[in-house]
Amino acid sequence: MTHLFAALALAALAAVQQPAASDSALDARTAALSAQLRCPVCQGLSIQDSPSELSLQMRAVVRDQLRAGKTPAEVKAYFVSKYGQWILLEPKPQGFNLLVYALPVLLVLVGLGVIAVAVRKWTRPADAGA
Amino acid sequence: MNWKRAAIASLFVVPVILLFAYGLTKDPKDIPSPLPGHEASPFALTVFAPGQPPLARTPGDTIRLSALKGQVVVLNFWASWCLSCRDEHQVLSETARSYAGQPVHFLGVLYNDEPANGTQWIAQMGGQSYPSVTDPGARTAINYGLYGVPETYFLDVNGRIAYKATGPVTGGLVRHLVDSLMAAAK
Repeated sequence: MTHLFAALALAALAAVQQPAASDSALDARTAALSAQLRCPVCQGLSIQDSPSELSLQMRAVVRDQLRAGKTPAEVKAYFVSKYGQWILLEPKPQGFNLLVYALPVLLVLVGLGVIAVAVRKWTRPADAGA
Repeated sequence: MNWKRAAIASLFVVPVILLFAYGLTKDPKDIPSPLPGHEASPFALTVFAPGQPPLARTPGDTIRLSALKGQVVVLNFWASWCLSCRDEHQVLSETARSYAGQPVHFLGVLYNDEPANGTQWIAQMGGQSYPSVTDPGARTAINYGLYGVPETYFLDVNGRIAYKATGPVTGGLVRHLVDSLMAAAK
């Protein structure tokens, strides 16, 4: 009888602990996805980082949709359907958005080119220009 | 002056300056909504502020979007803490009253606020002709892509979002949109 009670107690303990483990996995997935969504009432913050009420509510929507079995891509698509591409902290690299990715690289390359030309000119022997 | 170098430098600098100039013509707060033209998200929300006859609804009643099909719907998100909401309140209330008896339904949705604060605010503002509902967890606000108040959505008789107005609306805008949507339905 003692063994039976012990077994039942262990089973009950396991049942109580399991939801906590899956909750923390859901929390991690919610946090990871929320970090990719822009807070609509902030400047450059994700809904994961923002303490605003709307961000908290959007995180709750993310959590509910993930719990219901939606994939991160589906959850992102939901928010994009409501707010537009703007809601993604990293815009999709297509169309005009490509400029956001290409321009910094281009400017760095141009800058390096200018530096290379300037260094060559400054290190040229003095009589070479005569 | 070395004109050749100046020309080469301009090839890189001028496009960047033009790009920044283009950016300055844009209002960063004016974010286009993808919703106009799409079916409005359904809702079933509870009345907390009844409005006034003949537009009044009983507090505790549920207003469902599905029950409003066939009417033009003006859905206004507001809050008692929203200063700009004060600018449009009277316009919306009077305009709603002027459409009484016509297939037009004005509905206020309280955003991130307590019903008691909303009720007090309405009393301070001299009343509201149409009912207002609560939106627990801002689920409906998020479904409508709301990012601040006031925002007003104009739905056509088929339940599609025709227009989203960000900021306080004017009587002229509301009448123009409502009249256009009613005319399109005929």
